[in-house]
Formats: sequence, C-alpha cells, structure tokens
Amino acid sequence: MRVMVIVKSCKDSEAGILPTPEQRAKMGKFNQELMAAGVFLGADVLRPSSQGKRLKFSGQQRTVIDGPFSESKELVGGYWLWQVKSIEEAVEWLKRAPFDGGAEIEIRPTFDLSDFAQ
Amino acid sequence: MTTTDTHRAIDAVWRIESARIIAGLARMLRDVGLAEELAQDALVAALEQWPASGIPDNPGAWLMAAAKHRAIDRLRRSKLLERKHGELSRELQAQQELAVANLENAIDDDIGDDLLRLIFTACHPVLSSEGRVALTLRLLGGLTTDEIARAFLVPEPTIAQRIVRAKRALSEAHVPFEVPRGEDRAARLASVLEVIYLVFNEGYTATAGDDWLRPGLCEDALRLGRILAELAPNEPEVHGLVALMEIQASRSSARVGPSGEPILLLEQDRSRWDQLLIRRGLAALDRAEKLAAARGPYTLQAAISACHARARTPDETDWPRIVALYGELAQLTPSPVVELNRAVAVAMAFGPAAGLELIDALTAEPSLKSYHLLPSVRGDLLFRLGRLAEAQAEFARAASLTRNARERDFLLNRAQACK
Repeated sequence: MRVMVIVKSCKDSEAGILPTPEQRAKMGKFNQELMAAGVFLGADVLRPSSQGKRLKFSGQQRTVIDGPFSESKELVGGYWLWQVKSIEEAVEWLKRAPFDGGAEIEIRPTFDLSDFAQ
Repeated sequence: MTTTDTHRAIDAVWRIESARIIAGLARMLRDVGLAEELAQDALVAALEQWPASGIPDNPGAWLMAAAKHRAIDRLRRSKLLERKHGELSRELQAQQELAVANLENAIDDDIGDDLLRLIFTACHPVLSSEGRVALTLRLLGGLTTDEIARAFLVPEPTIAQRIVRAKRALSEAHVPFEVPRGEDRAARLASVLEVIYLVFNEGYTATAGDDWLRPGLCEDALRLGRILAELAPNEPEVHGLVALMEIQASRSSARVGPSGEPILLLEQDRSRWDQLLIRRGLAALDRAEKLAAARGPYTLQAAISACHARARTPDETDWPRIVALYGELAQLTPSPVVELNRAVAVAMAFGPAAGLELIDALTAEPSLKSYHLLPSVRGDLLFRLGRLAEAQAEFARAASLTRNARERDFLLNRAQACK
C-alpha cells in the first residue's frame, strides 16, 4: 500500500528558516534508510505559505487568495510518499524519523485507482 | 494497545528488521538456515513478551540483541559439546571464541554487504527456481510462510517444505556466505534478477487462478528490486530491472477492467497510468543506460516499455524504435518469444501483413507449441486483415491453451466477435 506522510508546518518553516546542516544530515540519513528498504517513493518540502496561493470555488466564481495563511498548525509543510505493507509498518518507520524537537505527523493511506468503481 | 494491535506492530517491525537480523547472524554463523531459525526464535520471544511489557523504544535493537544472545548460546553450546568429545583443537577453540567476540562487536557493521550476501545466497543456482523464490521472499521480503503460500495459491506445507529443502541444500552444498566475484558474479547476479522478475511476473500476470493480477507480489518484487538497486548501485541491469518493473507496475490499474478482465496495452486508459511510477521507471532506465556500455536484456525491455510510457496516446508510440529495440534484444537473447514480440511491433510499424509474415515463420517452433500468445497474436493480425474465420480459429485455440480464467474469457469473447 501507498501512504502519504504529512508533515505540518511550524513557526520556523513558515518564516522560511531552513533546517540546520545537522538537522539536514539526520534527515538525509533517515531518507537513505527508507530508500535502502525500498520504502521511499518520493518527498517534497514546501516553501512557506507566504509564497502560496489559494483558490476559492463558489458556484461559477473563482477567487484567488494570496498567502500567507494564518492557521499554521493545519498547514502542510512537506510530505513523503511511502510504499509499505501495512499502516503499522508506516508507523514503525515514522517512529524512527528525526523529529526529536517536537512535531505531529500524519500518515494517510492513499486510494488505489482500482478502489474507485469504473 | 490490544494484543492484536501489538501483534500487528510486531509483524511490521519484523518486516523492517528481519532481513538485517538474519543477514548479520548469517555472517557470524556462516549458516543461513541457522541464522533464520535463531531470528525466528527472537521473534517468538517478542510475541511472548511485548504484549505484556509493551513495544520497546527501539524494537529493532531488541530483536537483534535477543537473536544475538541465542547465537552466542548456540556457539558456546557447540563448543562445550565438542570439548566433551575431546575433539576440539586449540585452534578451533580460538576460532570459536573469535566468532563469539565478533558476534558481540561487529554485527552492526556494514549491514549492506551482509544483505547483499544474503540475496546472493537465497538465489543460489544450487536451489530450484521455486526454492529460490520462497527463500528470497522469506529471508529478504520478510514474508511469512503463510503469506508466501497465499500469494502463490499453494498450501502452506508446500512452501514450508520448499524452504526447509532449500536451507538443507545450501548447507549440504556448503554454499559460502559471500558476494561472488569475477566471472561468477555476472551469472549469479542474473539468477538474483531472474528470481525478482519471476515474483513480479507471477503478480503481474498470474499464470493460474481466477485473478489476472496479484498486486501484493508485484509490490514485494518492486521492493526487492529497489533494495537491490541501493545495495548494488553500479550494476546497470539491476536498474534496468527496476525500471522495467516500475513502468509495468504503473499500468496496474489500467490493465484490468471492471469485472477483472484484462485490457490490452493499446486499449488502456492512459490517464490511469501511475505517473509517479513512470517517472521513477524512466529515472532508473536513465541510470542503467548511463552505467552500461551496452544495454543488457532488462534494460532493453525497460527501454521498450518506456516507449509506451512516453506516448500520451497509442498513436504517438514510436513503433520503429520498438522494432529496433526488439532487434537488439533478439541478438542478445534470441528466443521465439522475443521474435513473437518483434513481430507484433513490426505489424504496428509496417502493417499487419508484415507482422503476419514473421509470425507464420514461428508457427513451426516447437517451444511455442502450447504458448497461448502465439495463436492470440496471430488471431489479432488475421482479424485486422479481415480474415475472420481464420482469426476465430486462432482465438479459440489460444483460449484452450491459457491457464488463466480471465484471459480465457477474454479470448473466447474475441473469437465470438469474429462471427
């Protein structure tokens, strides 16, 4: 199964403060472990919401809203896509991730296209 | 956390850690079968203790330590036993003490090399093809005997037997726990790639049973391939195989219809192709082609697959290039099946009559006598040439040859459509 691992943004990421070389090295090592295990499919780190835009749909009308967006706890700061056998496996992998500074990260299985009635 | 939750978590930890634990123990014990047995004992201990004590903070280290203790016990016991028999020379004793010390200290060293040794051992040519597949999924895929049995639709004792027999064969043949070097390496690597692709294909085009696709096996094979690509990053054919599997897997949800029937490549809804897997496949193909002076068979097949992946519509397919790639493949690994595929590509590039000419040359081929794809392809070309009665006979013949129920229905429908 494929899961998306969703990392929420924080004050630093919203302020555009990049991780320290030390933090980056730890994350690099973790990613390397994921790749060596054939789990890693893809990942991205998102730029602060100040560089993003939102589109609001209402009937035929589309309104473009410029970032930044205020509710930073609910904002996404980055994500991974993993290939795992079960959600429990994803949990065990995520426990090993270097987020000792504190974070709340969500794991969500994706639908297969074949899950939708054709 | 309920006991069931804990068991599911233990399964997950096992899947992540088992190959590393078995590989580390096998290096010290020089016996893959024993290493697997001791790792299993550690797993049993976890299943007994964790539901009460909770899952340890570092479950992998816990399992490794438990397995290591058992290995050291085993080494000490065999040493005592031998001492009792008065057969233990000073040298042997020193050797075993060294082994115990090594086990204590060095087991967490370069685990990558150990995993590579484990893959080469599990796919050793002294084993039957079935034995290699079962052992690889068990030792490296972290699958249980029961999971393997369900995947291959055979009774569990059959798989258990295969694994026991394979482990015995390895120990009887004194297969060393090592990565082969020199000339041997290429042949042994080919065996590893073959095992992985066999697993993939069993999932991708189930040879028996009611389902056309068993995605679990495809995922297991892909994962083994990706692991191997990290362990042996300079082997072009490893990346070639990964590329081939990624691109083929990208079509999984497009190649089965609503009632489970197969949908041919050119009729698939390409918006259902998984673009993430295609991107990964094309990147792996690129790596393979950069590493290789000349493309190997998996890289060539991946390159052919990539021609389809790059085409947004069937009309955009670069058929002349596919014909050329099949020509290259036929030179490298001449086989009637490759010829058959080349004939299909020729028909697409230069018309059904040109393809039929090549196929008619294959009908006398003894190895294709009961291969259902030959009459199936021939039927298709005859159909396109408007020779309906002949086409109908070929589809009916193909239907009588396939062992897959979905494919049989599909072929019978095509025969029906010729009337």
